[in-house]
Amino acid sequence: MDVTTLLIILLVGALVTYLSGNEWASKVALLVSLIAFSSSIYLLSQYNLGNEIGYTKLWITKPKISLAFQADGLALAMLLLTTALTPIIIFSSFGNSFKNAKSFYALILFMSFAMAGTFLASDGLLYYIFWELALIPIYFIALIWGNGDAEERKKAVVKFFIYTLAGSLFMLVAFVYLNQKAGSFLISDLTQLKLSSTEQFWIFLAFFLAYAIKIPLIPFHTWQAEVYQKAPTVGTMLLSGIMLKMGLYSVIRWQLPIAPLAAKEYMNVFIGLGIAGVIYGSIVALRQKDLKKLLAYSSLAHVGLIAAGAYTLTLDGLRGAVLQMIAHGFVVVGLFFVAEIIFRRFETREISEMGGIRAQSPKFTSMFLLLVLASVALPSTFNFVGEFTVLYSLAQVDLWFAILGGTTIILGAYYMLKMFQHVMLGQTNSKLFADVTFNEGCTLVIIIAVLFFFGLYTKPIMDLISPSLENILTQINRFN
Amino acid sequence: MNTLIAISGLGVLCLLFEILNFRKGIVPVTILGLLAVLGLTYTEFNTPASYYNNMIVVTKFSSVFSALFIVLTVFLIALAHDFYEDHQTKISDFIAIKIFMLAGCVAMVSFGNLAMFFLGIEVLSISLYILAASNRLNIKSNEAGMKYFLMGSFASGILLFGICFIYGAMGSFDVAEITEWSRSAELPIWFPIGISLVTIGMLFKIAAVPFHFWAPDVYEGSPTMTTTTMSTLVKVVAMATLYKLLTAMNADLSDAAVNIIIIVSIASMTVGNIMALKQNNVKRMLAFSGISHAGFMLMTLLNIKSSVGNLLYYTSAYSLSGIAAFAVILYVCKNKDNEDIINFNGLGKNNPLMAAVLTASLLSMAGIPIFAGFFAKMFLFTQTIEAGYLVVVIAAVINSIISVGYYFKLILAMYNKEPNEEATKAPFVFYAVAVVAIVLNIVLGLFPSAVLDLLG
Repeated sequence: MDVTTLLIILLVGALVTYLSGNEWASKVALLVSLIAFSSSIYLLSQYNLGNEIGYTKLWITKPKISLAFQADGLALAMLLLTTALTPIIIFSSFGNSFKNAKSFYALILFMSFAMAGTFLASDGLLYYIFWELALIPIYFIALIWGNGDAEERKKAVVKFFIYTLAGSLFMLVAFVYLNQKAGSFLISDLTQLKLSSTEQFWIFLAFFLAYAIKIPLIPFHTWQAEVYQKAPTVGTMLLSGIMLKMGLYSVIRWQLPIAPLAAKEYMNVFIGLGIAGVIYGSIVALRQKDLKKLLAYSSLAHVGLIAAGAYTLTLDGLRGAVLQMIAHGFVVVGLFFVAEIIFRRFETREISEMGGIRAQSPKFTSMFLLLVLASVALPSTFNFVGEFTVLYSLAQVDLWFAILGGTTIILGAYYMLKMFQHVMLGQTNSKLFADVTFNEGCTLVIIIAVLFFFGLYTKPIMDLISPSLENILTQINRFN
Repeated sequence: MNTLIAISGLGVLCLLFEILNFRKGIVPVTILGLLAVLGLTYTEFNTPASYYNNMIVVTKFSSVFSALFIVLTVFLIALAHDFYEDHQTKISDFIAIKIFMLAGCVAMVSFGNLAMFFLGIEVLSISLYILAASNRLNIKSNEAGMKYFLMGSFASGILLFGICFIYGAMGSFDVAEITEWSRSAELPIWFPIGISLVTIGMLFKIAAVPFHFWAPDVYEGSPTMTTTTMSTLVKVVAMATLYKLLTAMNADLSDAAVNIIIIVSIASMTVGNIMALKQNNVKRMLAFSGISHAGFMLMTLLNIKSSVGNLLYYTSAYSLSGIAAFAVILYVCKNKDNEDIINFNGLGKNNPLMAAVLTASLLSMAGIPIFAGFFAKMFLFTQTIEAGYLVVVIAAVINSIISVGYYFKLILAMYNKEPNEEATKAPFVFYAVAVVAIVLNIVLGLFPSAVLDLLG
């Protein structure tokens, strides 16, 4: 069994889900995603045993493009994140009913397929194809099943689509250029290239445009908050939990090893952009009245820090970035789910209309609090490990970066706890708030368990990703 | 050669059917006949030969492109039956004209003599003038036919003028001889003039900027069936012919010629895309989108020696997605008096399959992966960068981004608006053509080498 099996499971699963009809679609989708998750666990065990789980086959002869999937520790970690979050996301939607559910769930699985492909592909063009493919399902999910006024939603979603497509087309040009230099799109060949520093600069920039829009880094973030708010919660979870990790992953996998000289030369600029995102995101989050928008901006702040970590080009920075990617993926899905739980009961996302929920639902309150604490990187949570490692790496570059980046923790704690206070505490709300149902509770408990388990015992993930990150670091340093 | 004769015979057969009062059988019989001709083309693929004192030269190039034209014509004729529902008495004429037009198309890619080339383009053009004006009670259709005729005959004049110059320079109409002599160092000045004039004539047929002014009006005014023909088949034919002409006339393009191609190509893309953004009529929008695609196709001329595979791939991808899109447009606008985007509102709810096909074909035209349109653009970019024209590629990329804007206007209307009216049933052939065309497009996307290496 190799990684293609997993991709086929997801793709065929999407088709089966579509054919199973509206009644059964959600259950079939959950089943498929669980099968995909267990097979990725199986792949992990195969990988740990040292078995080959990659796959390579020539696809197009001229220009040479291969169906090449390579699974090292880093790709596997991201694959696990994708396949673990997909069932959680699908399960979290069980409390909602969707029109035309078969298409909805089929699109989720298709998106999961495309994202898994993006993480696994080791041929530049194949990677690009998956990268673009992931855009189509989320476009339709946000457009058709989103909330709010149809015209405004349309504007937000089209802006998002054109923005991301614009960025990635420049990445395509970069790949085509690299192919002409190397004679193939394979990452192993591309990272061997000895490009001049001007070439590296332009290629780095072309990649940067694609990734900065996807992650998003300021000043390319303007699509984010609107789309997060307008998309259905499932779509927001897919976007913030997994899809923006595609951008961060690609920085580490493709951008830095292919154009390390540019990354080194302009390191301060890119770290600076990341840190600026941290501060900007945090301050804007403070002012938000809409719960989903607040979470969107907090997400902007967190990914800014992750990107800054990756651009430090140190082992700690890369490691911290990957850890924080996974941790952020879980916590943000949990937080958006909390917003959805409240919406199911109060039919509002305005923070001012909430409050006084604590007395009515102690279980929900404690779970929400745990998620908030994880999000602000309290020690013993997974996020703490990630954030701390990133800050440590920033300190290695320049202490000021670490100090400025550290404001995420302070500001983050401030706006998250303030939000928690307004949403949950205060006078008991006159509206009835039923405590979490079994399904909702299960989802939250799983997420919280993951966050605390890896917070206390990070070693398995660390061992998984470290060798491949060291490899990437040697590729980055090949010009020294 | 046999292909050409068989196609002409089929056209005559169509007219005979009318005399024998066998109207019902016309469409199925011509489709079967065309499929048989397709088989004939396949046998010719491996046996290059020349006929009638080099009037017709069958090469791999000509037979592969002929095959593409025949496939497109099969789709067009399959759609015709239901489109001309109200004109059943004239259906034999319409079908016969299309078949004769196909004969013109085949002659245009397999000529061995400039006289034959001119004959081919005239057969094609005259058929199109008739088809454009075929809705004779509709004033717009009359206008379209007239406009197309005036502009087209003007272009034919320029073309003929160019051919005369070439004859004056070379003393021959024979392409093989011209190719041979064009390699010599001393060329009379009217040889390049002649080539320029011929190129201008062809650019007119392709509807490249600045010879594009007729296209939007003619596309909009003509019956939708004719628009489909013009934007898929005719564009592809004209592009293939221009490619063949330029390769035949001149082994190496001069720097000046290359610069002109760059300018025309970038201008076509940009003008086409920007104008398309503002259109509310789908046919007009696709006319402008076709202009921008013409710009993309012209990029193949920058690397003329090795881009024939790319040209074939791009034209197939473009025309197949065009056929699929127009099949849906024909269905949606069947009983409407215009083709405004409003008519597409809520198609996603009324008819999910047709909406999905139209979405897929628009995504293919926009160049989103897995559809053939993406690979067509990608191969084109690869080769153009190899030839050293990075600027053109960047212009093309920016244009691809712009094009998403108007393709998505249509997609949004289908999925984000409420339907205006109840769903209507579509005839089976519309479904069949739309689905087969888009499936072929996706298959091309999954196995690009199959087409790309045909002319390797």
